[in-house]
Parts: sequence; structure tokens; C-alpha cells
Amino acid sequence: MSKPVSALDGATYQGFAKVEELGLRGMITIRGDLKSAGMKKAASTAIGLDVPGQREVNMTGENALAWMSPDELLALVPYEEVGDKIAAIDKALKGKHYLAVNVSDARAIFRVTGGGAREVIAKLSPVDMSSDAFPAGQIRRTRMAQVPAAFWVDEEGGIIIICFRSVAEYVFNLLKGAAENGSQVGYLS
Amino acid sequence: MSTRLATGGRLLNKDRAYNFTFNGKRLTGYPGDTLASALLANDQMLIGRSFKYHRPRGVVASGAEEPNGIVGMGEGAAFEPNQRVTTTELFEGLTCASQNHWPSLEFDVGAINTKLSRFLPAGFYYKTFISPRPFWKHVYEPIIRKSAGLGKAPKERDQDKYEHFYAFADVVVIGGGVAGLQAARAAGKAGAKVLLMEQTAHWGGRAPVDGGTINEGKEKVNQTPVDKFVDEIVAELEAMPNVTLRTRMMGAGVYDHGYVLGYERVNDHQPGAAGPRHRLWRVRAGHIVTATGAIERPLSFAGNDIPGVLLASAVRDYAVNYGVSIGDRTVVVTNNDDAYLTAITLKKLGLDVPVILDARVLPEDSALMAEAKALGIRVMMGHAVASVKGGKRVTGVEICSQAGEGAVLETVDCDAVAMSGGWSPVVHLWSHCGGKLTWNSDFAMFQPDVDNPPKGVDGEGFVTAAGSANGELDLNGVLADADAAGKAAAKATGHTPGKAKTPTAETAEQAPMAPVWLMPQGAGIKKRMKAWLDYQNDVKVSDVQLAAREGFESVEHAKRYTTLGMATDQGKLSNINGLAILSDALNQPIPQTGTTTFRPPYTPISLAAIAGEARDERFQPIRKTPIHGWHEENGAFFEPVGQWRRPYCYQKPGETVHGAVKREINQTRDKLGLLDASTLGKIIVKGPDAGKFLDMLYTNMMSTLKPGKCRYGLMCNENGFLSDDGVVARIDDETFLCHTTTGGAETIHGHMEEWLQTEWWDWKVYTANVTEQFAQIAVVGPQARKTLEKLTDADISGEALPFMSWADITLGDGIPARAYRISFSGELSYEIAVPASRGRELWDLLLAVGAEDGITPYGTEGLHVMRAEKGFIMIGDETDGTVIPQDLNMQWAISKKKEDFLGKRAQERSHMADPNRWKLVGLETVDGSVLPDGAYCVAEGSNANGQRNVQGRVTSTYYSPTLDKGIAMGLVLHGPDRMGEVIDIPKVDGSIVKAKIVDPIFYDKDGEKQNV
Repeated sequence: MSKPVSALDGATYQGFAKVEELGLRGMITIRGDLKSAGMKKAASTAIGLDVPGQREVNMTGENALAWMSPDELLALVPYEEVGDKIAAIDKALKGKHYLAVNVSDARAIFRVTGGGAREVIAKLSPVDMSSDAFPAGQIRRTRMAQVPAAFWVDEEGGIIIICFRSVAEYVFNLLKGAAENGSQVGYLS
Repeated sequence: MSTRLATGGRLLNKDRAYNFTFNGKRLTGYPGDTLASALLANDQMLIGRSFKYHRPRGVVASGAEEPNGIVGMGEGAAFEPNQRVTTTELFEGLTCASQNHWPSLEFDVGAINTKLSRFLPAGFYYKTFISPRPFWKHVYEPIIRKSAGLGKAPKERDQDKYEHFYAFADVVVIGGGVAGLQAARAAGKAGAKVLLMEQTAHWGGRAPVDGGTINEGKEKVNQTPVDKFVDEIVAELEAMPNVTLRTRMMGAGVYDHGYVLGYERVNDHQPGAAGPRHRLWRVRAGHIVTATGAIERPLSFAGNDIPGVLLASAVRDYAVNYGVSIGDRTVVVTNNDDAYLTAITLKKLGLDVPVILDARVLPEDSALMAEAKALGIRVMMGHAVASVKGGKRVTGVEICSQAGEGAVLETVDCDAVAMSGGWSPVVHLWSHCGGKLTWNSDFAMFQPDVDNPPKGVDGEGFVTAAGSANGELDLNGVLADADAAGKAAAKATGHTPGKAKTPTAETAEQAPMAPVWLMPQGAGIKKRMKAWLDYQNDVKVSDVQLAAREGFESVEHAKRYTTLGMATDQGKLSNINGLAILSDALNQPIPQTGTTTFRPPYTPISLAAIAGEARDERFQPIRKTPIHGWHEENGAFFEPVGQWRRPYCYQKPGETVHGAVKREINQTRDKLGLLDASTLGKIIVKGPDAGKFLDMLYTNMMSTLKPGKCRYGLMCNENGFLSDDGVVARIDDETFLCHTTTGGAETIHGHMEEWLQTEWWDWKVYTANVTEQFAQIAVVGPQARKTLEKLTDADISGEALPFMSWADITLGDGIPARAYRISFSGELSYEIAVPASRGRELWDLLLAVGAEDGITPYGTEGLHVMRAEKGFIMIGDETDGTVIPQDLNMQWAISKKKEDFLGKRAQERSHMADPNRWKLVGLETVDGSVLPDGAYCVAEGSNANGQRNVQGRVTSTYYSPTLDKGIAMGLVLHGPDRMGEVIDIPKVDGSIVKAKIVDPIFYDKDGEKQNV
């Protein structure tokens, strides 16, 4: 057998919300001057999405472009496409000061779905998860209990969570515990 | 006796009964009962013993303020001590037991303390056990420890689940009485997002017990009884989408920036139900309304602690809410009109109230007084309790005049006493974050000073008190105040309140209360020694007076000296009475004495709720490499390295740890070893100024490194101390990969970013921490090349890929890899980095193809021993934050050409350049034994403190399987100049080990083995 294996190999849990590890996803950390036209064009052309504003994420299918900091983006693409995308960015920004690096294997990615998905996250992260404060298109970089995490709401209302690969099991356990049947809070709709 | 009445009990559901046990005794109650009401219904008046004198204790209150009724609840994994019976809802199968007695609740040996109470006054412990000094630690303290504490600590792990919940709201209203409900309605109607929390299971607070009629607006229309009003307003709030109502949720604390802790007891009343037992809400509020009500104060008279003496409001609560009478004959004693409600309630239920003792002398009767008299109750104005008769139960009351010294005028038989000393607003949550108080002399109480609320960043108050908590003690005032508070909170959060009518209430005019702090006023010492202030901790009027006489004038000092208010109830009943007595003793007005500090939580919350999800597998994140699973399956003996768990060694069946380490090292040196080095920090540094940047970070020169090559480097902080080390690989002109120690990955990345963002913000450098992108496997030993060659077509010979270089190769079934020719063991070694998702695949592959060459995985101890044999330093062993590279004879790694680097100037300071700094050497015991870790090397003589002089210490020490003897490194005074000298190193047992100072490189000094 020779295929890349994600941290939890697609583990799932069904409580009052469903938790799934989404397997491997291509991820590229892009650092540079996000205000420069060249940078914007290189990133948006390679990923096929506009460069998002502060605390925002643009997405379509498996692709997403997320704001990480004033000089950092995170691109999500299918795992197999990372090399090509980085090559495209490298080509577009040749001679410019920037950094585009593959971090696909450094991460784990989860999706939480179901009516109580927002409450699952609200048990673990100090973020206002109400739908008016955190609609689709927003991203938060924060902590989930004791580890760093970032998350956003996808087009179908599911919540996508990314964390470091080494703590994938810890994060999966957190989400599992928070989604356990009978522990619905009934505060967020 | 206390008993269940035939009628009444508005909170009960009498359709079914609940069975429960107290001290093994089988009792029954009803759904809706609290444990307190159920115990009282079964005539279980005696519930526990007090802390110091082991006095008999019964329930005195009906809510969160209860100091006496505390029990150990549950058994085994569900056991919890110190649970208040008044706030515990009854459920089927509840078990509880009394506390703080031996051998039994009825007969307690410790009660001898009450006979000795003359000899156990305030400050007794401090005075008695202070000398001789060593006795405290070895004799007194252990004995006192055994007799201290109320409940027993649980013996088993808690079986329940707990969680946190982060919530955000415009307005948080704490308290679900009529004030809280009205405030929530006012704020909710204005459009604010409102969270209303109530600590009990019921809405309306005590208003339904006290009664009243509520009008819609000022006109007498829709006169609604208050209990119906509560039902209507709750229904209205439930229908509002922007309002959330939660019962069984206490506002535990108010903190800066509108932060509120809500303690929700989700399943305490239904153990075994799905979901968490407690949920801790961590709420950000735009504005907070504290509608926390008021607490009735006891009166201080002799025998006021005897079971059967209760607060007048509690007696009323038990009768109305739970259909429980405390006694057949209840004497009411009061300084205000409110207690008359109790007398009237009891009388109307057909119970006997032989007399109301009212300490006041009034010119005319108020409405309530007239009503009581009309019911045929005898009222004695200007009279007081001289003392309560009885031991474990009230049997009667001796009556005296309030004005005198307590000469008994009359004795009345009774089995209950209902007392009321007036009311104190619950100002705790207002005060938690700095809200100030003001003294209301009409009602003798502290109330929120509305001009000095807790203030936020904008200088505006973020807490508004409402209703009784704000000093409004009658229903009409409560409603008006709460409505205003709700509107103010809505306004403060950017909403516009409408013009809805404020409900009004009709209440009878009450006569003014009279402050009564001691009963009778001239009570002598014998009475004062029996007049309890703090029931749980046994603090009496005489104790506070003694403290004042002994100079404890500050209320905070007096509190700690006497332990007043330091029990589990935190002085909810005793606080005001105690400081009134203190003020009197100090001959100063009460406001001048002030209060002690109100600190969260309002009542104790479970530690497990604070821990939330952080227990068992969620206690702490454990970082796992992609190869962790293999380690677990193959006998790894793990050690924590930061948050990682790394294999220390792999034990085979029957093998000791020592044996496994020895085998791993021998096999690696002899043949082939495999190490999971994935945890090593890996940081990409890229940009036109990357070389310049790394020259500043490392002590040696990095900018001259050629692409394809590696260089070992040292990193110091700006004080010159060594902070990290590792191999830097140059990837291309603009890109470097910096390896850090396992523990240093995040901190070094942060260190780099800090310098880039704060000092060298104009340098063109980007960094990225790619530690987890790669699984890194060290293939180590004479057979390393031969084994790897089986997996790749690439030329990895010594010529094509020499020592301290790297190359991108492909291994096995197309695994992209970067091979670094670096060695931390002294052997021929390749560190192979592959994408993390293929790490396990490569590990398995290497084990398979290496089998014929005698491959073995080795752990961190093997790694440590092999590096020590080579004299390589380890950050954290040879360094401890006070060591500079020069101490480790690493001048070779400090560039002399560079103008500057972090730590350069610091290392030139006189103390850093001092030739007397201890320096690194090898240490070899004369007898071949292994030196103890961290041991000191002693010198002649002793210092000014009489301690033996030292001249060095051991930094690393191991048994070397390669050399079959103990080897060590240490920092020794003038060490490198003293080669061959033998020095003394004492062990903990006092014996001395003799060790020879030697070169720290014990193995392959010329590096021939790693460089093939």
C-alpha cells in the first residue's frame, strides 16, 4: 500500500451533530503583501477565488482562500493539486518577495454538520457562533480548548475546522465530546 | 416537630413520591421538594454539626444563603461533600449523609469543644500553637489538619461529564425574580439580545410567597395576583426570539469587560440523564443587570443557633412552597414588619403563633401589625428573646425586654422560632468587579451606590442593579426599578426602549424597621457567648468583640482572626451582623467599618465545571507523530517532550528499560538504528534578507552557506544565553530550513517573528513553521547507506552526498524525500524528511528492507546516550538559561567576522567573559559507576552560610553501553585546564564518588565514523 494517509484516516462520529475528518486536503501558506495587485492576482488566479478581506474566507467546492493575518493567506485545494498551484504562484511572483509553502501534511481538517454544529464549536472556542455574528464567509483563527484552530461555515452550513496534524486525535475527541447526544445547549439556532 | 401539612406546597407535585435516604434512614418526599424541605417534612431537623464546637445544626434558611444544612451527597463515583440541602432538588433514590461528627450525628464526641468554648475563643489557634516554633509543623498542624474540614474528600474519580459554553448577549440579567423578569422584558422589548438566568428551578423569586397584586400601568386595571403575573411574563419572554431563559443557572461571577460566569446545574436534579452534569457558561455581555434579590438577616440572641430557629422568610417559604411546618408553635421575633407575614401565614394555615416579639416601640400599629392582632396573635412590642431553650431542638423561649440586660419576664413553650433582623440586598455580583456600596440607614443595609458602578473601558458602568438587589424592598418599587434597569441596559447596548407601561403593585404601608444588632441590647457576656453570628464556623458576638479589643480593627483582619464569614456560605447571613458588632465595639458607624471584599463565585461551584472538558483523553493535548501508532504497538516506553510523547525506548517482552536502551545503542553502533525524529522543529526562512536575518539569529555565519549544504548553529537570546541549536540547510538562494529542538519549534518561530515584526520590520523575510509537514526518520549506523540504497536509485554515496549536505531523492513507491547527511550519534546517518502522510509508510518500508541488516528502532534515551558519548551538548541538559556558548567551549561556533548577532554584546560583559565561569568537561568515575544527575562537584572549605564550597556540577550522566562504564559531562571551574585531575562528587546518601576530568568526547574523537 502506498498512498498518503491523513492523521485519522477519515474517522467519523455521530452525536447530535456529525463530526468527520475530511482526509487530506491541499493547503498552501501564502505570505506577502496582500495589498499589492501582483500578489492578489497571483493568489486569486492560482486558486480561482478572490482574495478575502479581514477575517473572511472565499470558497467553492474543495477550494478556499482564507485570510490568516495582514500578510498571510491560506489556500485550500485538492491534495493532488498542491504542487501545481505552488508552481503557478511561484511563476506569477517570480522575483517578488513572497512565500508559498505546502502545509497540507501539517494539518488535519474536520467538518461538523447538523443543527447543533454551531453549539459544538461554542463549547470549545471563545467565539460568538450565532449566525448573525458568524455567517458563512467569515473565518476565525482562535483556540479550541487548548490548541490553535481555525474554522468557518461552508456553503451548506457545515463547519470546517483545521488544526495541526499532531493534535488531530485531541481535536476529534473534543468535537466528539461536545457533540454527545443529550448535551445540546439550545442557545444557538 | 416539623412535618408536612395536609394542604399547600405550591411547588410540589404530590402525584408521586420520591424515596431517599439520610444517614441510611429511608425517607420520602415529593417532586418539587428541595432536600431541605423533604428532610423537614420527615422531622429531620438535625442535619449536621458545626465546624469548631460540633454544635447541633439544623436548617436556618431556604436558599443559597444556608450555612448549616450541608451534607455529603451520593456515593462512590458520584459522591460530593458540602452540598447545601436548601439548593438541592430532591430526586428518586437520592442518598445523603451528615458531616463533621463522630461517632454519630446524634452523639458526637467533638461536641466536648462546646463545653471548652471558654478556652477556645477567637484566635485560639494562633495564640496556642505559635510556640515552640517547630511544633507547628510536626505536631500541631498534622493534628489540626485531621480535625479540620467539613466534608470528606471523594475517594473515587468523578463519573460525570462537564462542559463549558461560550455565549454572547447584549444584556445578561442575573436573577429570575419579578425584578429580573421585568428587566428582561424591558430590555427584550427594546430589541436587545437578552440572556436571563435563575439559580433555582422556578421563576418569580420569593414574590409568589409574599403575595401582592400587580396592575398594568398606574391605573388599577387587570389586577393580577403576583404568581399569575409571573406565569404571564415568563410566557411572554419565552415567545420573544431575542430572549433566552435559563433556570438552574446561577450567575457565579462578574468580571472585567462584561464577562459573566454562569453555572448551570443541568442534571443535578436528574442524575443519570444524558448530557453534562454542570455546564459553565462563559458569557460576554454588553451590559449586566443584577436582579439578585435580598437575604434576610438573623437576629443575635442567646441560643439563636439551636435547630428550630429559622429565618422568618424561610419558615414562610417552607409553609407556602413545600407545605412544611417547622413546628406547631412558632414564636416570631423581629425588628421589622416583614416577619409579621410569617406569623399571619402560619396562623392562616391553622398553626399556633403564641407571640410575636417585636424589638421596636412604635407609636401606632402598621397594617400588618393590625392584621396579625386581628387574627388573635399576641404582639409584644419592645420585647426580645432572652434565650432559646433546648439542645438539639427548640423547646421554648425566655422573653425579656429589648432595652434591658435580659431579665426573664416570661417563658413560652414553642418548637420553632422565626427570626427577622431585616434584609440585606444581594450586592455580591454588583461588587465583584468594583461596584461601590452605600449605607441605607432607613433599612440598615448596604446597597449599590448607583453613582459608582463597575466601569468598563469607556468609563461607563456595565452593571445595573435592579429590584431588591438595588435596595427596593417593596413590590411596587421593585417593578419600577427593574423596568428602568432593563431599559437602561438596552440603551447602553444601542437599543431604543419603547414607551410600554411599567407595571405597578399595591403594597401595604410598612412601619420603619429598627436596627437591632444584639438582643437584648444590654446582653451580658454569658448571653453574648451564645449569640451566634456565623453558624458554620462558630463565631459568636463575643468573638468579634474580643477581636476588636485585641486590635483587629480592619474588618478584613477581624474576619480572618475570627473566621467570621469564612465558611462555605461565605458569610451571607453573618456578614452584616458581624460588622455591626465590630463597629459597635470600635465605636464607629457601620459604613466606616465597611464590608469585606465580595469575590466570585457567589456560591461554590464544582471544580469539575471549571475544568470543563479537560479530563481523561481531553485533559491535555498529546501531540503524536505520524509514526506514533507504530510506537504504541511495539512496546514503546514513552516520555513527555513538550506536548509530544516520544518513545524513550522500545521494550521487548521481558526486557528492562535499561536492557532495551543498551540493546538499541549497541545494535545501532554495530549495525543499524532507526529514530522517529519528526518532532524536530522545522522553520522555513525565505526572502532576500534571509541570510542577513539568520546571521543575526545564530552565533555563527549562515549567509555563506551554499545551497545543498547544512551547518550546525547556535542561537542565543539577547542576554547571550544559549537558547536553541540545530542544523540549518540552505534550500536555495533565498530559502533556508532551520531545524530547532523539539521543544523549541514554536518558541523559536515566535522569537523569529518577534524580531521581524518589532525590530527588523523592513527586512524582507518571511517565515513559516513547517514542523508538522514532515515525518523525519533518522537512519543511523554502519549499514545506513546500504539499506537506503535498496529504496532509491539516487546516488547517496559519500562523494555524491557528503557529510553535512542534503539532496532530494525518491524512496520506495515514489515517496518524495529530502535526505540530510547529518548525525547526532556519531554514526553514518541520514535524516530523511517525507510528507507526514507518508511517514508511516516509509518507517514500515525501512524496517522491512533493513531487517536483513539488523535494523532496530531506538528511542530518545539511546539518542541521548549516543550524543553524550560523542560529547554533543543537549539544550536543557548542558544549558539551563544561564549558560553561554563559551562555557561549552563552543567558540568555534561563534563568528568573529560578524558585526553583530543576538547575544554578542551580552557575551562581552565582564561577568560573561570571566575566566572563572565553569566550563564543560567530561567526567569519568574512577570506579566506572554512573554519577547522579545534577550532582555538585565540591571544593575545599565552606561559604559564609556554612555550606560546602562547590566548583562544578554534572549536566549529563549516563551508562555508556559502547564503553561499558559511566560517562558524564559537567561544568567545572577551570575544567579544561585540569584534565586528569580527580574531583569529589558527593551523592545524596553522603558517600563520595571520585571522578576524573577528561575530554567530553568519549567516542570517535576524529569523527571518522559519521564521515564515511
